Amino acid sequence: MSERELVIVGGGPAGMAAALSAYEHGVRDILLLERDQYLGGILNQCIHAGFGLNYFKESLTGPEYALRFARRITDIKGIDVSLKSFAVRLTPDKTLTYLKPGRVEKVKAKALIMATGCREKTREMVHIAGTRPAGIFSAGLAQKLINIEGLLPGKEAVILGSGDIGLIMARRFILEGARVKGVVEIREQSRGLTRNVVQCLDDFDIPLYLRHKISRVRGRDRVEAVDVARVDDRIEQVPGSEFTLECDTLLVSVGLIPENELIEMAGVPLDKKTNSPLSEGLNETSIPGLFVCGNAFKVYDLADSVSTDSLEAGRMAAVYLRQKGEGR
Amino acid sequence: MLKKFVCIECPQGCLLETEIENGRMVKVNGNKCPRGEDYARGEIENPARVLTSTIPAEGLRLKMVSVKTNRPIAKSRVLEAAAEVRKLKVKKPVRAGEVIAENFLGLGADLIATRDVLKGTP
Ligand code: SF4
Repeated sequence: MSERELVIVGGGPAGMAAALSAYEHGVRDILLLERDQYLGGILNQCIHAGFGLNYFKESLTGPEYALRFARRITDIKGIDVSLKSFAVRLTPDKTLTYLKPGRVEKVKAKALIMATGCREKTREMVHIAGTRPAGIFSAGLAQKLINIEGLLPGKEAVILGSGDIGLIMARRFILEGARVKGVVEIREQSRGLTRNVVQCLDDFDIPLYLRHKISRVRGRDRVEAVDVARVDDRIEQVPGSEFTLECDTLLVSVGLIPENELIEMAGVPLDKKTNSPLSEGLNETSIPGLFVCGNAFKVYDLADSVSTDSLEAGRMAAVYLRQKGEGR
Repeated sequence: MLKKFVCIECPQGCLLETEIENGRMVKVNGNKCPRGEDYARGEIENPARVLTSTIPAEGLRLKMVSVKTNRPIAKSRVLEAAAEVRKLKVKKPVRAGEVIAENFLGLGADLIATRDVLKGTP
């Protein structure tokens, strides 16, 4: 087992900002673990523009935004980047077990920052009646299939939920030559940024069905259609309001939840509803020296805000290490 | 003609009420700052968008190269440009920022890579 001053789990926007900031605040022994073959996390599949408007005062695509951080990280000797490294176990004394191709590693961290991001809520979490055919994808998975793997999941899509990823994927399907029959949102307003409603839906005349839900999925082996119905103020289906949209693909974009299994394993209490760590303040957990930042701490709207708040996590870890050093 | 826009230049999201004559904006109300006026004029007189997409790579480390136009292009030609992008392939290693197609379709913008994609296999 090795020992490190600071270990950071996750090489996306949160982990990269935390690493840079910890270094800037004096930490010189940093191990940054990333499960993929590249730094950047989800940004690499977010090929659209609009990142960095606050942080860099210009509009960048996700990969470009990631690169701004990744290049600085690879230039710094005090930050050790370990790719293809998948964290699997965490104990309360901040000992972390992770897998690298062909071996298991263990590292004891004086301070630890978890920047593990979030995952998508699934169809199972929103209860849709009907069959269970192929052709139902979470929006983020469809994004990965198209932008990273080069596979178009379908030709005619309906999107459930108007979160930003869903809106972005509506446009992405159109730009790849597919059709989008509509975006179905149970709330009165889009959940996504106005910018995305305008540039992803309005630009391509994609209907946004607010106060509607998908009442049924149709199709045996593959999705063939979905039934859409209006809902009233009590979110009850309005009788007789159903209509059918033919499609071969249903994308589900109904929200994100922080990914926090590892800190839970270490005994950090989580908020049952949000899956965020119960916390006294930004990036803090119940274990001293264990920090959580970015979408693992709470789900953010903008990558820029993730970066800003994660810089703070890096600084907090540096302060913790300094105080711990002095107290010895 | 009257037309309403939600300004998307900042999270305030002002509702802009505009008056249009012969394709020109002659009046705007509701903007809390001058950027709102510029936004509305742009949307009315020559709406433009940055196009982003991906192109299949051959013989490179990634399967797809992410790309964008380095300037906004006319909104009316976005679909046509996207269809052209779908016909392209990248066979040589590229760095983010490198030009893939100069003055793409004569739209006044270059198509550039947004990620480093080096030689190798995925
Ligand atoms: S008009 Fe100004 S304040 Fe209002 S949304 Fe646009 S940029 Fe923001």
